Amino acid sequence: MKNHVEPRTRSKPGKFGKYGGQYVPETLMEPLRALEEAYNKFSHDPSFKKELAGWLDSFAGRPTPLYLAANLTRRIGGARIYLKREDLLHGGAHKINNTLGQALLARKMGKRRIIAETGAGQHGVATAMACAALGLSAEIYMGSEDMDRQKLNVYRMKMLGAKVHPVESGSKTLKDAINEALRDWVTNVQDTYYLLGSVVGPHPYPTMVRDFQRVIGKEARKQILQTEGKLPKAVVACVGGGSNSIGIFHSFLHDLDVDLYGVEAGGEGLLPGQNAAPLVAGREGVLHGMMTYVLQDQVGQVQTTRSISAGLDYPGVGPEHAFLMNAGRAKYVTVSDEEALDAFKNLSQLEGIMPALESAHAISYAMKLAKSLGTKDSIIVNLSGRGDKDVEIIAKHIPQ
Amino acid sequence: MPSTSHNEDRIEAKFRELHSRGEGALVAYLTGGDPDPKAFLANSTALIEGGADIVEIGIPFSDPIADGPVIQASSMRALSQGATPKGILGLIRELSSQSPVPFVVLSYYNPILAMGLDRFLTKARESGVDGIVVPDLPVEESDEFRNLALKHNIDNIYLAAPNTSKLRLRTILERSKGFLYLVSLYGVTGPRDTLSPHALEAVSSVKSLAKGKIPISAGFGISRPEHVSAIIKSGADGAIVGSALVNIVSQYIENPDEAADYLRDAITKLKAATKKS
Ligand SMILES: Cc1ncc(COP(=O)(O)O)c(C=O)c1O
Repeated sequence: MKNHVEPRTRSKPGKFGKYGGQYVPETLMEPLRALEEAYNKFSHDPSFKKELAGWLDSFAGRPTPLYLAANLTRRIGGARIYLKREDLLHGGAHKINNTLGQALLARKMGKRRIIAETGAGQHGVATAMACAALGLSAEIYMGSEDMDRQKLNVYRMKMLGAKVHPVESGSKTLKDAINEALRDWVTNVQDTYYLLGSVVGPHPYPTMVRDFQRVIGKEARKQILQTEGKLPKAVVACVGGGSNSIGIFHSFLHDLDVDLYGVEAGGEGLLPGQNAAPLVAGREGVLHGMMTYVLQDQVGQVQTTRSISAGLDYPGVGPEHAFLMNAGRAKYVTVSDEEALDAFKNLSQLEGIMPALESAHAISYAMKLAKSLGTKDSIIVNLSGRGDKDVEIIAKHIPQ
Repeated sequence: MPSTSHNEDRIEAKFRELHSRGEGALVAYLTGGDPDPKAFLANSTALIEGGADIVEIGIPFSDPIADGPVIQASSMRALSQGATPKGILGLIRELSSQSPVPFVVLSYYNPILAMGLDRFLTKARESGVDGIVVPDLPVEESDEFRNLALKHNIDNIYLAAPNTSKLRLRTILERSKGFLYLVSLYGVTGPRDTLSPHALEAVSSVKSLAKGKIPISAGFGISRPEHVSAIIKSGADGAIVGSALVNIVSQYIENPDEAADYLRDAITKLKAATKKS
């Protein structure tokens, strides 16, 4: 059965239950209002939608296939595992769905200077690509620690014409890159568009980025109905900020028989500082303009995080996930560094597909889940990105 | 410890007193616990001795998005010495028990949430805090906090920015207590050589909307006596100086006594610039 009703999880604009909101310095309230207004206008404008769809098809490579991982399925001997192949998109990850949408919006708003943060560098690369294609200038903030571990993406951003600003403050990772991008935006609000890379930050970002990523779930739902003739038993996706997961979850929200699993980075364990799993190991708080779950100490200082995957290494999470967890609609679990590496190896060798370390977290959990289900069931895993960017890290951990 | 009645509306009373003397208020900011509790107490005392009208103390936070490098660094120094919100409030209590100047606390929202809104405000009140600024809590999100602050007799001081619309500004002015904190530029905190071109314009437009109902103090980038003088002469009731003072703290970390001397001296000069004519 097709569901045409817009899933509504928002209690009032910008809030998902009590989560979300706009906890930002006063200077950002006006640009956030202008952004919301522009987004509301263009997201309903048929010519904007057509233009974006055109870019997604011929530039980014949509639709992406839903691929039956037959060898992996056979090895595990449970539910059929399908992979939603966002790794095949231009740039190698789902990030381009969002950057094309926002870059087009920025151009409509007359803003030509784009700033963005990046963790793994995937959002930075996708921003640089969209900006080059649309004739916009891109400046990317990246923690110096992340620049070290994702060198390849730093080169890619530079080749694509973007300027990369190393961030030396705080823990020198994604959270600090967001801090620095927000500080830039406060300073240059008049001519600058902040292109946030996940469903985090103040309203309207969590809603807008989700809407740009919803295409993943819309396609996947249609595809699974075509191939299986019924809905899957579960949908599994990794959760950093939460954009690829919310993007694939959303079309299944009202299919209550479909279990939704968000996989957070378990790192080296669930003790403070060892993981990046705010929904599993954090507490409610306010970070980067949103009320959500945050990894923090007793007195509210944000903790440093740890994950083998730079794209999941973030102490907060999109507010809609906080809502879905408390509403009981989605479950959030963790997968450790070691398990993710193991899944990377399995998928590479059994299927000939190297997943991003982020996506390997989802693969790992799906493997456990598949085993517990029957052979008539199916699972969709969002393969959010490809693993080329991670080979250096993987080479260190997996002996050749 | 100051009694409740003594504490009531001390900020308002201070502005009234200064107004009758033809002066603007000098609001002096330091980050709590920077570089360590002892030096912080000495430095704060120096601010008061030098003539600060209101003392504003920042509660250090790991992710201060409204702050530039100077206050970021001071927050990290304080945190590395183990500063906690409760500890900072304890230090303010020591200061307020020895001085009649009003105290304002600046804290990002998360440390307040972590302690619990009511508990935080109760502790702040017991420590002699008269007003509070939460830079990441705009009016839209602050109903609960504002009501609790009212209950605890702590002035909730809102911020206004150069791009705040007239409509919002009316709401903000209506809800602010103590004074309105006018952000005088587009940007984060930090010392600047010259006053922002937006500053004086913003002061006069906010001043005319406020219609004398609430004092206006301008901050961000106000570093020198000539900045203070220009801000006050353009009609502001107060000038807030932060990073310029924190800079002094950071320059004399090895010689805390010198820091206090330089701070006292700097405040005296800044205070002298608050005369309206
Ligand atoms: C391939 C890939 N997957 C997932 C993520 C995590 O982000 P999100 O949770 O927003 O999808 C990233 C972030 O860099 C990524 O590169």
